[in-house]
Amino acid sequence: MEDPRGPSLLDAIRDFSGNASPLDFVLIIQHWEMFAAGVGYTLLLVAVSLVIGGALSLPLAVARAYRTPVVNQVVWAYVYLFRGTPLLVQLYIIYYGLGQFEIVRESFLWLVLREPLWCTLIAFVLNTAAYTTEIFRGAVEAVPYGEVEAAKAYGMSARLRTSRIVLPNALRRALPAYSNEVIFMLHGSVVASTVTIVDILGAGRILNSKYYLAYEGFLAAAVLYMLLVYAITRGFKIWERHWHAHLRPRAA
Amino acid sequence: MKRFTTALAAAALAVAAGTASVSAGEELRIGVEGAYPPFSWKEADGSLKGFDIDITFALCEKMGRECTLVEQDWDGMIPALLARKYDAIVASMSITEERKKRVDFTVKYYNTPARFVAAEGSDLDVSPAGLAGKAVGVQRGTTHQCFMEKLFPEADLRLYQTQEEVFLDLAAGRLDAQFSDALQADEGFLKLDAGKGFAFVGGPQYDLECHGEGAGVALRKGEDELLQAFNAAILAIREDGTYKSINDKYFDFDVYGD
Repeated sequence: MEDPRGPSLLDAIRDFSGNASPLDFVLIIQHWEMFAAGVGYTLLLVAVSLVIGGALSLPLAVARAYRTPVVNQVVWAYVYLFRGTPLLVQLYIIYYGLGQFEIVRESFLWLVLREPLWCTLIAFVLNTAAYTTEIFRGAVEAVPYGEVEAAKAYGMSARLRTSRIVLPNALRRALPAYSNEVIFMLHGSVVASTVTIVDILGAGRILNSKYYLAYEGFLAAAVLYMLLVYAITRGFKIWERHWHAHLRPRAA
Repeated sequence: MKRFTTALAAAALAVAAGTASVSAGEELRIGVEGAYPPFSWKEADGSLKGFDIDITFALCEKMGRECTLVEQDWDGMIPALLARKYDAIVASMSITEERKKRVDFTVKYYNTPARFVAAEGSDLDVSPAGLAGKAVGVQRGTTHQCFMEKLFPEADLRLYQTQEEVFLDLAAGRLDAQFSDALQADEGFLKLDAGKGFAFVGGPQYDLECHGEGAGVALRKGEDELLQAFNAAILAIREDGTYKSINDKYFDFDVYGD
């Protein structure tokens, strides 16, 4: 039906976006729900793997830093394996690789490995735990020995020294390096879109393939990732200001 | 890397030449996929084989043009054509209205129906209600994705980069069914070891809006001379028996359709 008042502003924008502009913005906006769901999946994957991976990495890092016999070598091998191979390859081995074996498909493992989301979470957790172990190990080793000695002089047990002196100190020091790992994990999470999960990049790929576009889906995804990285870096800034307050020069 | 830089240089040249069309005598670059047997696949030595590939060379010979093949992932097929990475697509691309907004198509060079594949004896009911909540795999950006979204909106649709990955996940048991070109599913999966225990369910499925009028060669808009040359070549190989000899290499019936 023709609008008697002639083309409206909205029509003008639609016309510009669809015909004159090299990028079709209206298409992106029309699919905002798909992108919003994509942001949800990306955040879920990254947050869950960071929490579980981070928790796993603490004991591993301490075992490495204290050179606990046997455990130290095993953890070293695990870290080497997961830092030495690309995340995409790890995901493919878990998703497509394990599914090839009948024995896996007939075991209870298949209940978990059947689902793309679980496969992705397993790969992400193992990957981020390996990197975080190395970050925390370095931080634990960097704790000034004088503080440890002072704790010993107070008669603290090794366990108490670790939980009260070494770890709080090490975790603070690790914050800046750890913020990088969080950002890398966010960027690495795009590989989820290769195993049918519609994360942010997955949504972009669907938009592109549905309308045979080259840029729109990727640009929308890029903007969303940038916003998330901005939020992450701001968050860590605030956190560092709080935990590193003792390192700042005192106000006169 | 080298291939990338040459492609970049070619793109730069194309841009420098403005919107100059592909003129006769120049080498033609044809975009193909290479992950869609028996229409196109990659041999262990890296060479490309298949029905699409043979048709490409037959058409080029008829047109008297030198052709080189450029491999491209399916979901970037049309964007790469528009970015002048190549001049034509011969990759079993169905002629649909949505694609015609971006590219021009020749007449069809084959037309085969699409069907569902599931595990034998799965008793899958191929209806919108029967497939509701079932995991169904399709290749992303295909006519089959369009079909599933339009007619089976309740199904748990899973999208894959390549058709080979769809079959891999169907065989692994992650999918309840997959939907694709019937001929391709038969030759590229069901007749192989990997496809044992699987079969077609339901009859051929067709939706004009989604599936279009068969597979054609896609060109950038406005390449009318090239379009006419391709159209003439397709009809010519149909007439002189070249098409039949290629067809019979792969299939035991005529895939051209009615």
